[in-house]
Amino acid sequence: MSERLFRIWRGTAAGGSFVEYRVDVDPGMVVLDVLHRIQARLANDLAIRWNCKAGKCGSCSMEINGRPRLACMTRMNQFGGAEMIAVQPMKTFPVVKDLVTDVSWNYEQNRRIPPFRPKPRPADGQYRMRQVDVDRVQEFRKCIECFLCQDVCHVLRDQSRKDAFVGPRLMIRLASLEMHPLDTEDRVPALREEFGSGLCNITRCCTEVCPEQIQITDNGIIPLKERVVDRYFDPLLGLVRKVFRRK
Amino acid sequence: MAEAARAGGHIIGFAATTRTDRWWVGPLLTVLGLGGFVVYATWAAFQGSHYYYGPYLSPFYSPLLFIDPNAPGAAPLGQAWFGTWPSWWPSFLPASPAFLILVFPGAFRATCYYYRKAYYRSFFGTPPGCAVGPLPRRRYRGETGLLIVQNLHRYALYFAIAFIFILYDDAFRAFFRDGQFGVGVGSVVLLINPTLLAGYTFGCHSWRHLVGGRLDCFSCDRSSALRHGIWKGVSILNVGHMQWAWASLFWVALSDVYVRLLSMGVLRDLSTWG
Amino acid sequence: MLDVSEIQTFEHDVLVIGAGGAGLRAAIECSNRGMNTGLMCKSLLGKAHTVMAEGGVAAALGNVDRRDNWKVHFRDTMRGGKFLNQWRMAELHAREAPDRVRELEEWGAVFDRTTEGLISQRNFGGHRYPRLAHVGDRTGLEMIRTLQDQAVLKGFGIYMECTALQLLLGGRQIAGVLGYWRESGRFVLFRARAVVLATGGGGRAWRITSNSWEYTGDGYAMAYEAGAQLMDMEFTQFHPTGMVWPPSVRGILVTEGVRGDGGVLLNSKRERFMFRYIPEKFSVETAASEEEANRWLKGDKTARRPPELLTRDVVARAITQEVNEGRGSPHGGVFLDIASRLPAETIRRKLPSMYHQFKELAEVDITREPMEVGPTLHYFMGGARVDSDTQMTTVPGLFAAGEAAAGMHGANRLGGNSLSDLLVFGRLSGIGAAQYVRGLGHVPRVEEDAVRAAVRRATEVLNRDTGTNPYAVHEDLQGVMGRYVGIVRAEGDLKIALVELERLKADAARVRAPGASQYNAAWHEALDLRALLVTAEAVTRAALVRQESRGAHTRVDYPGERQEWQNMNVIVRRGKDGRMETEVERRQEPPKTLAAIAYATIEDLEANRV
Repeated sequence: MSERLFRIWRGTAAGGSFVEYRVDVDPGMVVLDVLHRIQARLANDLAIRWNCKAGKCGSCSMEINGRPRLACMTRMNQFGGAEMIAVQPMKTFPVVKDLVTDVSWNYEQNRRIPPFRPKPRPADGQYRMRQVDVDRVQEFRKCIECFLCQDVCHVLRDQSRKDAFVGPRLMIRLASLEMHPLDTEDRVPALREEFGSGLCNITRCCTEVCPEQIQITDNGIIPLKERVVDRYFDPLLGLVRKVFRRK
Repeated sequence: MAEAARAGGHIIGFAATTRTDRWWVGPLLTVLGLGGFVVYATWAAFQGSHYYYGPYLSPFYSPLLFIDPNAPGAAPLGQAWFGTWPSWWPSFLPASPAFLILVFPGAFRATCYYYRKAYYRSFFGTPPGCAVGPLPRRRYRGETGLLIVQNLHRYALYFAIAFIFILYDDAFRAFFRDGQFGVGVGSVVLLINPTLLAGYTFGCHSWRHLVGGRLDCFSCDRSSALRHGIWKGVSILNVGHMQWAWASLFWVALSDVYVRLLSMGVLRDLSTWG
Repeated sequence: MLDVSEIQTFEHDVLVIGAGGAGLRAAIECSNRGMNTGLMCKSLLGKAHTVMAEGGVAAALGNVDRRDNWKVHFRDTMRGGKFLNQWRMAELHAREAPDRVRELEEWGAVFDRTTEGLISQRNFGGHRYPRLAHVGDRTGLEMIRTLQDQAVLKGFGIYMECTALQLLLGGRQIAGVLGYWRESGRFVLFRARAVVLATGGGGRAWRITSNSWEYTGDGYAMAYEAGAQLMDMEFTQFHPTGMVWPPSVRGILVTEGVRGDGGVLLNSKRERFMFRYIPEKFSVETAASEEEANRWLKGDKTARRPPELLTRDVVARAITQEVNEGRGSPHGGVFLDIASRLPAETIRRKLPSMYHQFKELAEVDITREPMEVGPTLHYFMGGARVDSDTQMTTVPGLFAAGEAAAGMHGANRLGGNSLSDLLVFGRLSGIGAAQYVRGLGHVPRVEEDAVRAAVRRATEVLNRDTGTNPYAVHEDLQGVMGRYVGIVRAEGDLKIALVELERLKADAARVRAPGASQYNAAWHEALDLRALLVTAEAVTRAALVRQESRGAHTRVDYPGERQEWQNMNVIVRRGKDGRMETEVERRQEPPKTLAAIAYATIEDLEANRV
């Protein structure tokens, strides 16, 4: 057991400040355990959002020493012995209290996305998809909606362009629908116009922070951008399509 | 550097962050690497000389569209696609064949999905690091404003593919001095160059999309199954796109340096030709 | 005096409490049926415990083994539940699960595929055939996301981070729910003609549990306080494989899929001990040797299943016994080994989140070394007593589905049957609630005195100048339940637990939460204590009454199943004096056709002779 110094931002949307806590840390602990200990012993009303404690639900997103992370998956033994640990709420979303932010914006964006529209079922009632066809989509569907990618995305975080870009999480959701072998909806025009695929400048911070290690940029956003290029910036391909009369 | 704090305790301003790690090392290395390359490549292109030695042709100068045979270390006139240097060339610019072709590989790298990340971060500061304050700007437009040209990446790709063949041709020629087969350090250097370039080019995101990524169903017919196979191969290269990008960038400069030093007589090429 | 009209109020035909699989599915169904629907949940949408389900959803699709059909699934479920399941519920479940799974696919779920492109199915404990439709080891996530997207599409009212405090009655009928916003601490009143409880279980009364903070038995307590009957509360399932180290993750689940894919349990002497714990009833269908178990794993249809895939109660007890007899692992569990059974690449592909979980949380590479595992409180088979067809509780207008309801799983739940339970009974409760609302003559009015009393009770915690620490009381409770109401129970222990619970009730009545009501974790904790205590007491009292060992309920003083108890359910309800009382109720005779299926031999079932 060793004593560690934590600096936790406490406050509300109206303002607040960092408060220091000294707390004992046991071997094997993650940051969330320490926060719980602080909550139980030193700051009963400390607000933390958490659920599964196993990196599966994506609730305990916050910024630990400036890096967007899941508190439940951040082991204490990765920090140097004397290092002070600063914990803050996510920057991209309005603070509710302490480490809890209002992430409802993400849910509102989700509502804007044209839903899954499957092909009709074949006569025997069984959809058929090969594993190779669903592998790609399954990667995107691993998303646990921790919104760390939204937090780190500078377009939302620093450039105040929530009006124009839905952010990496929703791009991944769009990718999971667009590349779904059964889906028949066309979201390409909306991708460009409404969801702002052009706002992303692929600086890959979203991929770096993803706790599910989804290759958000390489497998999600860039392929979507390329689909937009197909439609709007590639007259050659358009011509080929016309000649061969295929999509 | 750091400006006023706000709710959540985040500091605002360029390079402002609560991060305690050395996040600036990556962008700094990129600035040094890319900046160094651009400076060297520009200098080398301006020389218009010492780009040819024995059967070796510097990749900065390939293909040779026109040649000024009077320049020191120039290739023989027979190597030019279109003959001698044109008279209309403005006199304030050196008669360098590199000027005619460098724009193509340059455009490919400039619009590359990896390099974009690299220079947006380290040169444009949008953002300089993850969860690090960006360079302030009035209204961020990403790649919808002027940078909409990035969408032409796939056209640059078509040219880049052509260059691989051209450079392999150069590599092939590099094994024959005066019609006699042999191997020199330069031959090997010039063979590695297009190989790294191929690894970089065929791992390109646009290429990955075109060969198969655009399909939603890989198993629906025989041609899509074939394309899935190719897509998988490209995907493997794509994972290492950054490494390929740097390796090929470094090597192309190295190739030029090597040929240039031989041509200037500073180095001696080890070879079977003696 | 508090003016009730000043409380923020919403009106719905049906209000669903809980947004896990059951709640979402119920709300979607109500919305489909034209109900003005509301859905409230303690957490954000998509974070409910369904997200943690790993292995899969059990449905007799017959995609992998054509011999499978609903009858075999039904028989497996009844045998797993030690024949204490409500027969009709188990029947509905087995019959409807395949349609519910296919429906998910139509809503966008992407299950793993067979080579023919159909939904793939995997083996699981207690299931005769490969039956669990799955997505790697994150099936619950796939399910909740699909349902969540469908809910968003329906556009009904969703109230996130909104906790239900109390059910409100008008006369004897449901009239609404009082809750509070976690964010602001403000109270909110839902006027509703019907309420569906989809609140999950109450694992947080124990320390070693796979459940997250939400599972404080809210549904049980609210139903109980509204006058509903609880049933089968003594059956609390300990999942055999939870993580045991490091201490902070103790209890977190290790999917049964590890064993389904070939993982074996070893003790400190490296013995595959499960061969010594095969119950007689299952010996005909369980492999007798490692060689046979390995053949089964390779798909040999003449071989029998490995003993690691026996039902959860059997495996959990076996592990406990190994540990108690000194053959445990360094941190007090046993070893679960997949590393020596499958190539590293296959492990990473089939069990990605397990690989991730151990790597990140325990610094163990499961492709190289065995995991350390031990039993963890996982699931409540008991809950609100419901009608098998409509899912209505004994309070008119109050419905329950999923873990909040009793009856489907009997004395022990099979892995994979919970996800299908959520879908099947989520939908049925939605139908039930919609029908009830349509048939309702008058709209019951919320009794305002009850609202005022509930608000007062909740705010007292904040207004006290001194009092007990709610976290300390909770920890105390967890200790009591772990010590006296664990896997193996005895009359003496259970009686001590009841005394301890009285003490804890007194402590809980004096808890104090410092600070304001806005996102105040201590206040939330204090408010949850009430439900936890009701739940803990119900489990303890029911466990004391059932004098036999059946399924997940093990009494050292009454070993073995007793035939007379197979016909009995233990009912818990609030007595006239306000104290908790229990009653042993005789069950109805099973329908003959169903009994014939449940007791048939597997050969007869496969040959379609039943």
